[in-house]
Amino acid sequence: MRRPSARKRWSWRSQAFRGLLWQVVAVLLVGFAVWFLAHNTLENMRARGIQSGFDFLKGPAGFDIGESLIPYDALDPYWKAFLVGILNTLRVAIIGIGVATLFGTLLGIGRFSANAIVRGLCYAYTETFRNVPILLQLLFWYLVFTEVLPPVAEPVSVGPFLLSKAGFSFPWWVEGRWSVPAPGAFSMEGGASATPEFMAVLMGLVFYTSAFIGEIVRAGIAAVPKGQVEAASALGLPRGLQVRKVILPQALRVIIPPLTSQYLNITKNSSLAVAIGYPDVVSIANTSLNNTGRAVECISIIMLVYLVTSLSTALFMNWYNKRVAIQER
Amino acid sequence: MKKKSWIRKNLFANAWSSLATIVFAVLVVAYLPGLLNWMVVQAVFGPNVDACQAARGTGACWGVIAEKWRLIVFGRYPHLEQWRPALATVLLLGLLFASCVRKFWTLWLVPAWIVVWVVFFWLMHGGLGLSVVPTDQWGGLPLTIMLSTIAIAGAFPLSIFVALGRRSKLPAIRTLCTVYIELVRGVPLVSILFMASFLFPLFMPVGKSPDVLIRVIVGLILFWAAYLAETVRGGLQAIPKGQLEAAASVGLGYWQTQRKVVLPQALAIVVPAVVNTFIAIFKDTSLVTIVSLYELTGALSIALNSDANWRPFKIEGYLFIAALYFTFCFAMSRYSLWVEKQVHHG
Amino acid sequence: MNKTTVSLAIALALAVPFGAHAGKTLDSIKQKGQVACGVHTGLSGFSQADSQGNWDGIDVDYCKALAAAVLGDASKVKYVPLTAAQRFTALQSGEIDILSRNTTWTLTRDASLGLNFIGTVYYDGQGFLVPAKSKVKSAKAMKGATVCVQSGTTTEKNLTDYSRANKLDMKPVVFEKIEAATGAYFSGRCAAFTTDASGLASVRNKEAKNPADHVILPELISKEPLGPAVRRGDDEWFAIAKWVLFGLIEAEEYDITQANVEKLAAESTDPVVMRITGKSEDTGKLLGLDKDWMVKAVKAVGNYGEMFERNVGPKTPLNLPRGLNNQWNKGGLQYAPPIR
Repeated sequence: MRRPSARKRWSWRSQAFRGLLWQVVAVLLVGFAVWFLAHNTLENMRARGIQSGFDFLKGPAGFDIGESLIPYDALDPYWKAFLVGILNTLRVAIIGIGVATLFGTLLGIGRFSANAIVRGLCYAYTETFRNVPILLQLLFWYLVFTEVLPPVAEPVSVGPFLLSKAGFSFPWWVEGRWSVPAPGAFSMEGGASATPEFMAVLMGLVFYTSAFIGEIVRAGIAAVPKGQVEAASALGLPRGLQVRKVILPQALRVIIPPLTSQYLNITKNSSLAVAIGYPDVVSIANTSLNNTGRAVECISIIMLVYLVTSLSTALFMNWYNKRVAIQER
Repeated sequence: MKKKSWIRKNLFANAWSSLATIVFAVLVVAYLPGLLNWMVVQAVFGPNVDACQAARGTGACWGVIAEKWRLIVFGRYPHLEQWRPALATVLLLGLLFASCVRKFWTLWLVPAWIVVWVVFFWLMHGGLGLSVVPTDQWGGLPLTIMLSTIAIAGAFPLSIFVALGRRSKLPAIRTLCTVYIELVRGVPLVSILFMASFLFPLFMPVGKSPDVLIRVIVGLILFWAAYLAETVRGGLQAIPKGQLEAAASVGLGYWQTQRKVVLPQALAIVVPAVVNTFIAIFKDTSLVTIVSLYELTGALSIALNSDANWRPFKIEGYLFIAALYFTFCFAMSRYSLWVEKQVHHG
Repeated sequence: MNKTTVSLAIALALAVPFGAHAGKTLDSIKQKGQVACGVHTGLSGFSQADSQGNWDGIDVDYCKALAAAVLGDASKVKYVPLTAAQRFTALQSGEIDILSRNTTWTLTRDASLGLNFIGTVYYDGQGFLVPAKSKVKSAKAMKGATVCVQSGTTTEKNLTDYSRANKLDMKPVVFEKIEAATGAYFSGRCAAFTTDASGLASVRNKEAKNPADHVILPELISKEPLGPAVRRGDDEWFAIAKWVLFGLIEAEEYDITQANVEKLAAESTDPVVMRITGKSEDTGKLLGLDKDWMVKAVKAVGNYGEMFERNVGPKTPLNLPRGLNNQWNKGGLQYAPPIR
């Protein structure tokens, strides 16, 4: 049935056979490892009568969450508690991405300033903040908020904006009218407040990541050939137009891919919030893990949430990158 | 004369530039004396808690470092034995430093590293005449340096295989490697550490789970290998296809081609990026404090949190270890720039 | 081809030792020569390590007594400091043999976490710690207050229940580690810190700069029976862990102390004392231990009352009254089933 030439290819030494063998071995090894771990886990759980499964998500959570974007009550089910955690993660990540991008861009442009002091400061900032671990920065900002700021009763105020141990309070639209915060017995009453936990996470993420973004923007601008700027000047374009029409479009192509990974980093680094008590998804999962003992389930939820956010951020940025990329041919 | 023109060009080139210079000058005059006053003039340098309390708010209390430095630097390692981690760390750093110097880039580095690792673990753990110190008492700077060095030493070789696998023509291997890289890069390090610390023992038969330090090390290696693999892949992609074809035409097999043609060039290209990853690893070892291994950041909190007298001066403590991290990371980033120049010139 | 064979061989070699079933807990402890005991990362009076790595506290003493009863040497304990979040998986996975980490005994934990509580070392209730200068006299006055709490504890849920029941709308700030929670409280981030009353006493008296600056509010909002737990699936080890605790409690009831235990073992003619010390009946044999298992345990750490007085009692900085933890015949709840 086989032709002789075909049989000849199937020798021990043929590349195709070796390739196949390698693949079979790799798949078997990985499969064996997965089976081994899964088998042990199930065996352990069965032997101790540990309950497992995702059914717990429907039961009442029974714990309060300090801050929430959606109405949440302790009698709500676990899935809703997780949702609150996910929204808290997204909130700090999205605001962080926005502010860090703005800040980082300014830093990057500042490196080309005509003024030596501005250049020097931008450089010093970049080197300082990117060479200190982000966790340390988070802890530091949290300490500044809780230790250095005044108590709720006597806040530092700039107009209606208040800074105190209760965080950053500002006027907000509540029930159809503007409400201005004022110190209450234990917390700020009226308006809206960003808690010290939120502020510390946000500041840590922004200060750390903007240093990296600044470096990326600097490299992007540096990659634009000098001749382009000179040509634009020769055409008589004003400085603003030069930046908008000539430098930025070209720099963006260099900037977008590394910027994407910085955005992913912000999202992933927001998980460090657990160290300072911000109720992000990791913190909620930790509490749930303890109340229910569903360790495998809770940690898979954490991983799934970050995988989905990472992949969707990456997809969006790839789409955007395609839009700004040079249209070849 | 020259100075004057420099000043004009760099500080007062136009109206905006002049404005920035003036604003900066005003800020310096307004705040620098206060800052210096806090940091130096009014600061307390001796380990005197009453003086520190008295100076609170007006001067820094560097005395907290003088008082607690041993706990911060060595964590819970037994006091009398702290010469051991000190010596071990100096050895490790010395070799790390030597490995950065081009003159020493020979095969002798391999046995040197093996010997230093053996000595390092002997000094840290004890045995053979030294008292045994269990791993839960290891901490501080030695732990930070050890974790980051092992992580890169383990992750780098692994990443080469994974990167090759992702570019492999064999679909199953390519898929496995791609899935591994993307999965790991999609989740935060904290979740990997949680897995290593809480969950992994559940995956093993009862009582067969290795020490938590080993689990965390494996977790770090697997995590960073995924990142390094992408770096290495960048290097692999930079090798022109013609070279592979040339290698095939002289009859080299896959592994021979990789070993003799591709990897030497690709790895040379990625050295600066690998050094940058090492900086990232070094900084991110601070995360292991979340799973109760008391490296530098964690050691600071055990040193200060439980001591009511010194707790208020934690900010000074944070500044101190921030300075330690900065020194290491900044030095390494300079080194990375230097290597990058070497690669481009060479 | 060679490489393939090698890889397969390695895979098999890895698989074989793991395939073998782990022995009973007692056998593996005897083989390792130490009891792996999960303790709190640092709560003075319960379990705390000094800078030399020596552990003390009432939870630690229980581990020492257990090691003394099982191995004859109270120093043969491997302490594994655990956060609240880590503790149950550490026990489930066999990383530790016993969890002695002021853990509250509840139905959910007993029934669904794969562990068995062996008894109660300390009967407690949850309270609130507030700064004295806040002038708060009752927890019910703390409407809208932020409260620092450690995650993964029953306290977190009790706080929610209490806040709901009394319409207080308290805002929890949840920390993974107790140091972080107390640190935030002391810096003034929270109006109150909540945990078991014993824990509050420990934090107030050992960690506050001046204990008088902080007040423990009178309300106790929950029942917190704190006790050790063992992994499910090994009834023999469960029995040993249980009876070491009962033995320590019963030793107090019959005035067997660290100082007199050896003398009593040799001379006493009281039938109960003779049974406890293994003079008349070999109760150790029934548990798989030495005959004088209780003598060794009491010799190592004293009886329950001595453990209490040494670590948390009125003469210690914690200054906790005996209260519920007194013997049953002195108005407390500590009642050990008889050793016979």
